[in-house]
Amino acid sequence: MARKFLSGNEAFAEGIRLAGPRVISAYPITPQTIVVERLSEMVEEGSLSAEFIHVESEHSALSCAIGASAVGARAFTATSSQGLLYMAECLTYASGGRFPIVMMNANRSTALPWNIYGDQRDSISLLDSGWIQCYVENAQEALDLALMSYYIAEKKEVSTPFMVNLDGFVLTHTYEVTDVPEKEQADAFLPGYETENKLDPDHPRNLGFSVGPEHNIAFKYKEHLGILHAKEAVREAEERFAQIFGRQYTGLVEAYRTEDASFVLITLGSIAGLVRETVDRLRERGEKVGLLRIRYPRPFPNKEIAEVLGNVRAAAVLEKDISFGNEGTVFSNVNSALHKAGIPVPVSGYIGGLGGRNISSEEIEGIFADLKSEKRKTMFLGLGGEGEWV
Amino acid sequence: MKPYLRDRIPETLAELPDATAYEAGYLVTKNAGWRSSRPVIHQETCRGCLKCYLYCPEGVIFQDGGKVKIDYDFCKGCGICRKICRFGAIEMEEEK
Amino acid sequence: MGINVKTLCKDEFFYGHKACAGCGGSLAVRIALKVLGERSFAVLPAGCMSAVGFNFPQLCFGNNAVISTFAGTASMLTGIEAGLRAQGIRDFQAVGFAGDGGTADIGLQALSGAIDRNDDILYICYDNEAYMNTGIQKSSLTPFGARTTTTPAGKNIRGNLRPKKNMFEIVAVHGIPYAATASIGDLNDFMEKVEKASRIKGTKYIHVIAPCPTGWGIAPDETVEVAKEALDCGLWYLAEYEEGSGMTLNYRPGTFASVEHYLKRQGRFRHLTGDDIDIINHSRDVKWKLIEKNLGVIK
Repeated sequence: MARKFLSGNEAFAEGIRLAGPRVISAYPITPQTIVVERLSEMVEEGSLSAEFIHVESEHSALSCAIGASAVGARAFTATSSQGLLYMAECLTYASGGRFPIVMMNANRSTALPWNIYGDQRDSISLLDSGWIQCYVENAQEALDLALMSYYIAEKKEVSTPFMVNLDGFVLTHTYEVTDVPEKEQADAFLPGYETENKLDPDHPRNLGFSVGPEHNIAFKYKEHLGILHAKEAVREAEERFAQIFGRQYTGLVEAYRTEDASFVLITLGSIAGLVRETVDRLRERGEKVGLLRIRYPRPFPNKEIAEVLGNVRAAAVLEKDISFGNEGTVFSNVNSALHKAGIPVPVSGYIGGLGGRNISSEEIEGIFADLKSEKRKTMFLGLGGEGEWV
Repeated sequence: MKPYLRDRIPETLAELPDATAYEAGYLVTKNAGWRSSRPVIHQETCRGCLKCYLYCPEGVIFQDGGKVKIDYDFCKGCGICRKICRFGAIEMEEEK
Repeated sequence: MGINVKTLCKDEFFYGHKACAGCGGSLAVRIALKVLGERSFAVLPAGCMSAVGFNFPQLCFGNNAVISTFAGTASMLTGIEAGLRAQGIRDFQAVGFAGDGGTADIGLQALSGAIDRNDDILYICYDNEAYMNTGIQKSSLTPFGARTTTTPAGKNIRGNLRPKKNMFEIVAVHGIPYAATASIGDLNDFMEKVEKASRIKGTKYIHVIAPCPTGWGIAPDETVEVAKEALDCGLWYLAEYEEGSGMTLNYRPGTFASVEHYLKRQGRFRHLTGDDIDIINHSRDVKWKLIEKNLGVIK
């Protein structure tokens, strides 16, 4: 194991090298570019043995990965924002076809207006696509998820494509000391990809067919069950990962200092680091606050959210997306979880960070302060709009 | 090798595949009902040139002992075979 | 040592499908797969051939076959070829069958990309000259004057006003290893071209005219005749492009058969006036002058 000073993108590329996909289809888009650049260097120098395909668009990038997966080859691609939307028809193609492709998405705002900086509107707006979605907080988690994602996605009962999200620039381009495991450890963790869901010279099959009104819903039901199986697969993968690499992850959510918390902030991705620091600072002042980081919004951790928030006085969701005409999507999902569990905790919704706008620790403290009123509040951080959303 | 009619139509949740993948060449219905007329080969006139076999869009004309025969389960009665035969060995007959 | 009906593999790989009686496209797919054999990996995008061949549980391909997205025929082929090769699997044919819309319109970008990368795939465009599967709408390969459901022939506009996009030339000018035009009216020529392409490494393209009785307004038994007549009257041509030797014309009719006869036998052209037919005759002559001028020139 080596310790290297890597950016989020570079760390993820190292993780992909260790996972050993056979086919990589690459189309550049800021802020993902470093990933595909590093992978091309690894292929060139021979540390990664993969077919590196310079596709001519993002739609072709995922279409090519689907083709590779359809013949039983482990496939990888990466994108962001406009590229993710451009390949959107291929997202449901991959998930409906049950192809365990791993794709890295560098979270970036979507036009219009044009903006290359990080928010999560791109991937959050595609939560319904049928892909497992994970949001990592730091470079180490990025590297580790590059490996774990294949393990989870390729499990027969899961067989679902997996999107790993890294916040654009604030995570993709910032540097941390990262443990880079040895290839032997990675090979011990991740078995080869075996499947019957493939075109096979020895067992010819027809794939990607039509299914009419009578049976289509059955296929969708199986697809839904498949992604739900990822909950157990995540748990098992993390246990196995801890045994081999010595790092234990916490499942679909990470609950930080929530056991006796009165007020909890719920968020995703790298902003959790700042929230964590703010929680520590407020705790030193005697405030009972905590952080609930949603690592996997798909499959959604209904049970875990209900468990963590069951006894708090109020909670707030801080998210970098907005479902225009209603509210933040993570906010909707959290409210649903609590309502289903019969938990009447008031939840506030804060939309922040859109277009890469900075979120300060003062603003986070402000959210915790607002929670003390135990009133539901929804607003765009730093702008207002409170009470106008009905 | 050729796709062929099977006994079982997958219907229950357990029989339906988990992915959009299934055995190649799995047929469950015939096309015979499409026809209003059927091609009939007059074997004595047939020279075994195989042009009808070549030009059939369905592939239902197959080689048999130097001549040709028709799989009527899947013939749609398009009549291309009758037109392509240089020897007048094929006639279209009304389906009863 | 050409391939012919007697040496052609006896297996049938495309069978029991729900194409219209007399469908030209299905004949092209059937024959190409018989030439390429059982280790074919076929990709078909949204279009007639995928719509008629993959209605679970009626799965009409005896070989490995998969439907791609409409725009993704070539990119999926790229991935399949790379995926098989990366696993050490050899001796297979990665072949795509896309319609004119799926090739010259929505699929053009991915096809161009594959040619640029010289991916080892065979791309066959079965050209029925409109978006037939969705109900006969105009594509960029719909010929001048044709009635389609989006270019109706009325008092003010008499059908499609644009000529066929020069798809074969566009592909050739990429510098592709091998490209060819063909017609289901001459299956011996088509089979030879498929077989020749299958032995070449790199990207190959075959553009085969495949009349659609439903969309062209002809009887189901006229498909093959009309596909031959297109060659004889010069509105389609048999040619090849090869790296190194450039463009070759395979068939030049001594005298052209009547364009008017070819057009008027089809419902989609029946509304054309004498002036319209003159325009078509003239453009045929211009095109052939260009073909003869280009022979041996595009390298």
